[in-house]
Amino acid sequence: MTAELATPDPASAAPPVTARRSASSGGGLLRYLIVRFLLIIPTIFILVTLVFVLMRSTGDPITAAQGGKLTAAELAKRIHDAGYDRPILVQYFEYIGQVFTGNFGNTITDNRPVTEVLYTYGGATLELAFYALIVAFIVGIPLGMVAAYFRDNAPDAFLRIFAILCYATPVFFAGLLLKLIFAVWLHVLPVAGRASTGAELQMQVLPGKTGIYLIDAFQTGNPDVIGDVLSHAVLPGIALGLLTAGVFLRLVRTNLIGTLGTDYVDAARSRGVNEFRLVRKHAYRPALIPIITVIGLQIALLLGGAVLTETTFEWKGLGFQLAQYLASRDFVAVQGIVALLAVIVAVTNFIVDVIAALIDPRVRY
Amino acid sequence: MSRLSTPSRPRRSLASRIPLFDQVRSSIGLQRGMLVAGLVITLAFVLVAILAPVIAPFGFSQLRSDGVAFGAQQPPSSSHLLGTTVGGYDVFSRVLWGAQTALLTIIVSVLLSIFIGIALGLISGYLGGWLDRVLVVVCDAVYAFPSLLLAIVMSIVISGGRSDLTGGILAASISITVVFIPQYFRVIRAETVRIKNEAYVESAKVIGTRAPRIILRHVLRNATRSLPLLLTLNSSEALLTLAGLGFLGFGIEPSAAAEWGYDLNKALSDVTSGIWWTALFPGLAIVLAVLGITLVGESLNDLADPRLRGRRAAVDSGAPSADNGAVPHGAGASGAPLIDSNEEARS
Repeated sequence: MTAELATPDPASAAPPVTARRSASSGGGLLRYLIVRFLLIIPTIFILVTLVFVLMRSTGDPITAAQGGKLTAAELAKRIHDAGYDRPILVQYFEYIGQVFTGNFGNTITDNRPVTEVLYTYGGATLELAFYALIVAFIVGIPLGMVAAYFRDNAPDAFLRIFAILCYATPVFFAGLLLKLIFAVWLHVLPVAGRASTGAELQMQVLPGKTGIYLIDAFQTGNPDVIGDVLSHAVLPGIALGLLTAGVFLRLVRTNLIGTLGTDYVDAARSRGVNEFRLVRKHAYRPALIPIITVIGLQIALLLGGAVLTETTFEWKGLGFQLAQYLASRDFVAVQGIVALLAVIVAVTNFIVDVIAALIDPRVRY
Repeated sequence: MSRLSTPSRPRRSLASRIPLFDQVRSSIGLQRGMLVAGLVITLAFVLVAILAPVIAPFGFSQLRSDGVAFGAQQPPSSSHLLGTTVGGYDVFSRVLWGAQTALLTIIVSVLLSIFIGIALGLISGYLGGWLDRVLVVVCDAVYAFPSLLLAIVMSIVISGGRSDLTGGILAASISITVVFIPQYFRVIRAETVRIKNEAYVESAKVIGTRAPRIILRHVLRNATRSLPLLLTLNSSEALLTLAGLGFLGFGIEPSAAAEWGYDLNKALSDVTSGIWWTALFPGLAIVLAVLGITLVGESLNDLADPRLRGRRAAVDSGAPSADNGAVPHGAGASGAPLIDSNEEARS
């Protein structure tokens, strides 16, 4: 939420200080991109280290997961086999080495590589985030424009309250309400899951299945399956999307109010450019940069929200899986998934910064 | 703080020195409505939190009264205004008691993160060097990370994921604190770097003032501008994170305290069978509490930002006048008022 504080000042939306400093000395887009890319490494390194240190400070993961279930001797043997009785520094360097080769360890409860968990469930989370972003764009950006144009009038007042409500409603509560109304009372949409069993079976047998149900459904070419998958996506998409929509609405409004007051908008108005075009083209375009930067921060919010949304709707994605592992106290899996998400967040932020730099030369100096 | 106030500043009247009073007075129209509504809701939330033991009909972990069990999933009735939960608790009482848990968590987490964040920001910004670089990179990394995930990891560390004591509040607060420290750090550090180069800091250095004194007296006092705003935003975020943790099963056990997120988790399966009261009321409580705090924060943000402030505000803050609300506002479509506000921004 603090992102909005920074939006009026383009400099504060720029990437970390070190990047700016090096980029400003030499200049040039390529140089900026390289420095920005190299900055991913310390970011990932810090987060992985942080997660490792924090998780390991609770003790070894085997005791946590199997504590009451095994005898003391068996427990000690398994701890020794897994190497958790070695010095913590040795374990740390081994872990970092593994992470940089893409190995995030094996889960304790079902002994699968964490990367396989990502591969199996990542698609579902990606899909959910995609639906949520669509909802956020469709709802947030046009409404933000309306609010800015009717600044301080009734539509603005209504929309601002709406935006705050979007933010104030936890995604899981929004999800529960939507479920209650549309699935339980009105029976128009399914209660939970990503698809009904029949549709899932049809998609399972596809030769080129991706795990992203939307794509798989289109591959079957069966309109019933497509309809089924889409109807399952509506409620989770809205629940998670509205949270981001509120942020977009406020962001677009704030930035548009800034650009609507500029001289070139007045100049355009005096030339007789119609009001719709004025907002849509003249004022909106320059307001876009901070919005793109904030989308990067929203990815993190979306991932956090995905954990809650997936739990609410039993949407079998990475977040749902994370919650399962948390419940069974499988901290290797938790550590692995969290570290993986750290990588994803770092990379998305890089991509967002690149896009911002391509659009606006001021970002890269 | 009052000991440090500079005597050269003109004394304001007592009323205007009450926090938020100035803001309420200088706001207009919609902004004033939002600010006042936010203050009222927040005040109600705080009152409920404080008075929960008095107004709640039952205890938060009470299962029976006069030897008779409440029964599980009872619909709202005269004896249980908002029904009972799947665990057989009274929903109304738990909603009221939940305010207490929420308020305590907010206070502890915000206080902790403010102190640590400000201290780190000041030191990092003022001293600079490698410490500054390391802290900036670390805080940027933590800042970009999904806050809920970090809070989950922290709560595992602190309480092993399960809290059976009221110390669970502390666990939740510290989890949230870790997420917030980078935010305060960034704000305070940026301000410190700016202030460090001001003439008055230079002159203090020249006359031989030592660094701790400069930091506390000259930098800190001028760096706290945006804190009230950050504070309100973080309070609402703390509440949401607490609820999120509770919803994922990292909350406080029902026998230790009432927590809205935990209750919503337990209500998850109720909803599928059409039982609405166990989910609706704790959820509404979260929404209302966050709404109140956010309304205050938003309004403060707008009042602090000349581009967003209502047009009378600038006049009012300089010279108090009596023509409250007399100036027409909100004609954003015509273009002219927008120019006004733009000039305001420059002045």
